[in-house]
Amino acid sequence: MNFDPQQIQDILVIVITAATPLLIAAIGEVVAERAGVLNLGLEGMMIVGAATGFAGAYLANSTLVGVLCGILAGCAMAAIFAFLTLGLATNQVAAGLAMTIFGRGVANLIGAGFVGLKRQAAPHLYIPGLSDLPLIGKLIFGQDYFVYFAVLLTAAASYWLTRTRSGLTLRAVGENHTSGHSLGVPVRAIRLMAVLFGGGCAGLAGSYLSLAYTPFWSPDMTAGRGWIALALVVFASWRPWRALGGALLFGGVAVLALAFQGLGVPIPAQLLNSLPYLTTIAVLVFLSVRDRRGAIAPASLGVAFIPDR
Amino acid sequence: MRIDLEARAQRSTLREILAPVGAMIVAIIIGGIVVSLMGISPIAAGNVYFIEPLSQSYSLQAIAVKATPLVLIAVGLTFCYRANLWNIGAEGQFIAGGALGGWLGLLTNGGAMQDTLGGWWILPAMLIMGALGGVLYGLIPALLRIKLNVSEILTSLMLVYVAQLGLDWLVRGPWKDPAGHNLPVSVNFDPEATLPILFDGGSLHLGVLLAPIVVIIAAIVFSKTLFGFQVRLVGSSPRAARFGGFNDSTIAIAAFAISGGLAGLAGVIEVSGKIGQLIPSISPGYGFSAIIVAFLGRLHPVGALIAGLVLALTFVGGEDAQIALHLPGDMTLAFQGVLLICVLAADVLARYRLKFSMGAAA
Amino acid sequence: MRGITKRFGAFTANDDVTLGLSPGEIHALLGENGAGKSTLVKMLYGLLAPTEGEILWNGEPIKLANPNAARALGIGMVFQHFSLFDNLTVAENIALVMPKAERLEDVPAKIDQISRAYGMGLEPNRPVWSLSAGERQRIEIARALLQDPKVLILDEPTSVLTPQEAEKLFETLDRLKAEGRALLYISHHLEEVKRLCERATILRRGKVMGTCDPQIETARSMAALMVGTQIAEVRAAGKHSLGKDRLVVANLNAPSPTLHGVALKNVSLSVRGGEVFGIAGVAGNGQSELFASLSGETLANEAGAILIDGKPVGTLDISERRALDAGFVPEERNGHAAAPDFTLSDNIVLTGHGSDGLTQAGFINGAKALEKSQKVIAAFDVRTGSPDPLARTLSGGNLQKFVVGREILREPALLIINQPTWGVDALAAATIRQALLDLCARGAALLIISQDLDELFEISDRIAVIHTGTLSEALPARSTTREAIGLLMAGMGEGDSHAH
Repeated sequence: MNFDPQQIQDILVIVITAATPLLIAAIGEVVAERAGVLNLGLEGMMIVGAATGFAGAYLANSTLVGVLCGILAGCAMAAIFAFLTLGLATNQVAAGLAMTIFGRGVANLIGAGFVGLKRQAAPHLYIPGLSDLPLIGKLIFGQDYFVYFAVLLTAAASYWLTRTRSGLTLRAVGENHTSGHSLGVPVRAIRLMAVLFGGGCAGLAGSYLSLAYTPFWSPDMTAGRGWIALALVVFASWRPWRALGGALLFGGVAVLALAFQGLGVPIPAQLLNSLPYLTTIAVLVFLSVRDRRGAIAPASLGVAFIPDR
Repeated sequence: MRIDLEARAQRSTLREILAPVGAMIVAIIIGGIVVSLMGISPIAAGNVYFIEPLSQSYSLQAIAVKATPLVLIAVGLTFCYRANLWNIGAEGQFIAGGALGGWLGLLTNGGAMQDTLGGWWILPAMLIMGALGGVLYGLIPALLRIKLNVSEILTSLMLVYVAQLGLDWLVRGPWKDPAGHNLPVSVNFDPEATLPILFDGGSLHLGVLLAPIVVIIAAIVFSKTLFGFQVRLVGSSPRAARFGGFNDSTIAIAAFAISGGLAGLAGVIEVSGKIGQLIPSISPGYGFSAIIVAFLGRLHPVGALIAGLVLALTFVGGEDAQIALHLPGDMTLAFQGVLLICVLAADVLARYRLKFSMGAAA
Repeated sequence: MRGITKRFGAFTANDDVTLGLSPGEIHALLGENGAGKSTLVKMLYGLLAPTEGEILWNGEPIKLANPNAARALGIGMVFQHFSLFDNLTVAENIALVMPKAERLEDVPAKIDQISRAYGMGLEPNRPVWSLSAGERQRIEIARALLQDPKVLILDEPTSVLTPQEAEKLFETLDRLKAEGRALLYISHHLEEVKRLCERATILRRGKVMGTCDPQIETARSMAALMVGTQIAEVRAAGKHSLGKDRLVVANLNAPSPTLHGVALKNVSLSVRGGEVFGIAGVAGNGQSELFASLSGETLANEAGAILIDGKPVGTLDISERRALDAGFVPEERNGHAAAPDFTLSDNIVLTGHGSDGLTQAGFINGAKALEKSQKVIAAFDVRTGSPDPLARTLSGGNLQKFVVGREILREPALLIINQPTWGVDALAAATIRQALLDLCARGAALLIISQDLDELFEISDRIAVIHTGTLSEALPARSTTREAIGLLMAGMGEGDSHAH
């Protein structure tokens, strides 16, 4: 193999594009889980975002409209989830599963009319001179806007959680909702905001898939990314910057599959395609071995909250 | 606006049985609204979905055949979910069982291995292998959970994708029928490896009888045995379970083994009864639909039986609706999702009263 | 607060309660567990809304929508169960209740200020899980004081303090009173109330029984108002000969089970048949860990570390220890000792499934379980709403009687109980203590872990103190003073590791 800088750059770009949807969804989920809500409906919200995003973009012939549709769709799903888990205090696992199953059905319904259609891929940044630099030009200055937004999102989430008053309140709610309630903190309102944010991020991540990653919609196109994002949150110990690192790791695994296929290595396609899933399991196992006494999850994660009045 | 939950003083069995019924009605109403928005008469749709399949023999048989895997898997899931073990990978265990059991069917194809004893042992052995395949595949997330505290939700689900890809590779590769015109299918199973049809001309195969038997056994174990007590206890009060001297690792292994085994059994029944060969996709999402069945059945074996029949009805009705009314097949999936949401909500409402009030949310 | 009534569904927690607070007084709110004290003050703090009645502030009726409103008015509260966030720092915990305008960076300085002013010794950047109960309470108090409250409510503040720490608290409270604040002091400890308060309102079953001046009243008369009926004094069954060692613990070491737990270090003790061995200690010093090691929920490293009737059981699990005639009652009745969503007969099966008759070939004998359950209910006066109710429907005292009675009826040779009467009304508590003493008189060995020093002095033969996972020497109850025990509870005084 000769190290053609163009090839290397192309590989790195793929890593980033594969990582981006995972990162966006993971950041949303980090905020939700830090508030104490486990959202297993991430996959469903993502795929609804993908279908709605493409539909909206195609019909309005605008990527931006598509993105907004995707975000709103994710929020709408999150609202139903919030009603179940916050309003009715349903078991969060069951409600999350319900959203995933429902989301798959609805997404395929919405996307049915758009199968096989293509549109222009989302626009990329272009700065004359900078974007043409060898090796790093396209990588740093030529990505589509989702990528830059994902990084900004990570930075914003990290800052907000650790340095602001409202971020502290959210973390407190996730640590101990009973104490929070005793102090007058509006536990459920905060969780609602967190869940909506998580859903919006999932919808955004989904629309990235159908607007930028591949400029079309196909049924079940998220292929389990929502679940991988959930694993990513654990891998990142609920910290936004670590989620970035983890997302790049998974992006790298995706590249591996493509690279092997491109190099004609005689590994069956199915095995390569199963690498992301096997990697997820391996990562989870590695985490558990490393943190023998359990990772430091927000203490109230997944516990339903019923205030008395 | 805030919603407050007020616990109801009395537990009413009537209310608890009516809750899923109420959920069903609400889901149907929602479905009706969506369907009419698509320009189709909701009455016609309701008829095709729910009434007509119940009036014809061939569709009744189709319901029973479709319900069998759903009920078997759901009964297994009941044991897991009651113990607070979230096995989402039943689909993968189904595939693993179907593959392992089906493999025996391939090995004995064309009269192989039948010299000494003839062919009668093949079918029972396939069923056992199928269950075994599901057990082994289900033990992977179980052991990871017990030994390393890895989330069984994520591992069991990841393994679904692995199983699907694995079967896909097997059927397109080593197990492909050499005489099959390069189609990605295996050889057709011999009659010895196929579940016999019960009534000539129908589609009811022997596997259908297994479902009610499993339900009865499961119901007895669930309510009357110490093991069933442990399963119910560990999910509701894990500390009390440990105080009682019950080992949660043992319970977890047993629950996943039962769940995986039943899913695997369902898989091999589907493969040798309905499909008759191995193909890349042997499940239209039974493992996931069974999750809905388990909840609709309120996590009880007998409930799973009833709920399985109901959901099978929607599957069969959905297929008919695709042909008769051009309703998309995904409609069924979406409807099942709505149904699960309604069931979860109804479950809470059976135990709590809702109070709405204006003022600060808490 | 005037004519306050609060109902939760069918249950009336407070019934037409009227209570007045003036500046510069410490007003006691007396009543035993379940009388409705916590519910009443939660309404004053804005956590609950009264079903009927009104709250008047300086003569004007007010409505408190939430604790923020109460704090804005100048009402502060120090909870019995601390509202702290273990994984956050002291500064973060306090910052949460400061008004929005405060900046996060300014908080540590403010904490230092108040900490020095009241002699509290708080370090802003330490995580709360690493602090002792006394230190945590000081965070709660500092949190309340930073709001400059005119009214300060304290809910059972001494339940987690050593006698010496309690004295320090009283000094702080006297100081606050001198500053002109009004303090509402909730307690069921009459001696404390006599030390601190000039006025007391006594609640029983949600109603006001009377108002008095604790400086004048006797403890007896206040107790009578609190409790109503005459409680028979618990009588020890007189002299009885002690049998052989039933339980021997030799140099038990156990690592901390969780991130915030306590490790056991070289714990040694022995209990003979017919003897009551009490273990005192402030909560959080290893009681739960010790109980778990003794019961078998946590296995020891060596079998010989724990001997029951001479047999090494350190590596045996709880069922195997029960088979050797040992009984256990943990601290938490709801969720540990009993499964709340299961019936009482199911809960009999919970601990009794190893004994004869309850299971046959894996099947549960429901009829036998029900029979045993009825026996416990009858023998221990457990008030239930139906013949076989869910455990969660029982009141605290009744459920505790059930879980203790369940074990006593199995006639164990060794009974280990953690907090036998915590949160239980006086009548039920007396029933339980008498039953325990009677069991002892029949030759059983009793190990009682309790935070209630009164209880321990009442029924123990010997008392040891557990502190940060080490057990002190066992001292004879009749000749030891509360001060001596108090010192040991605070970690001072000799005799750290080895028992008798």
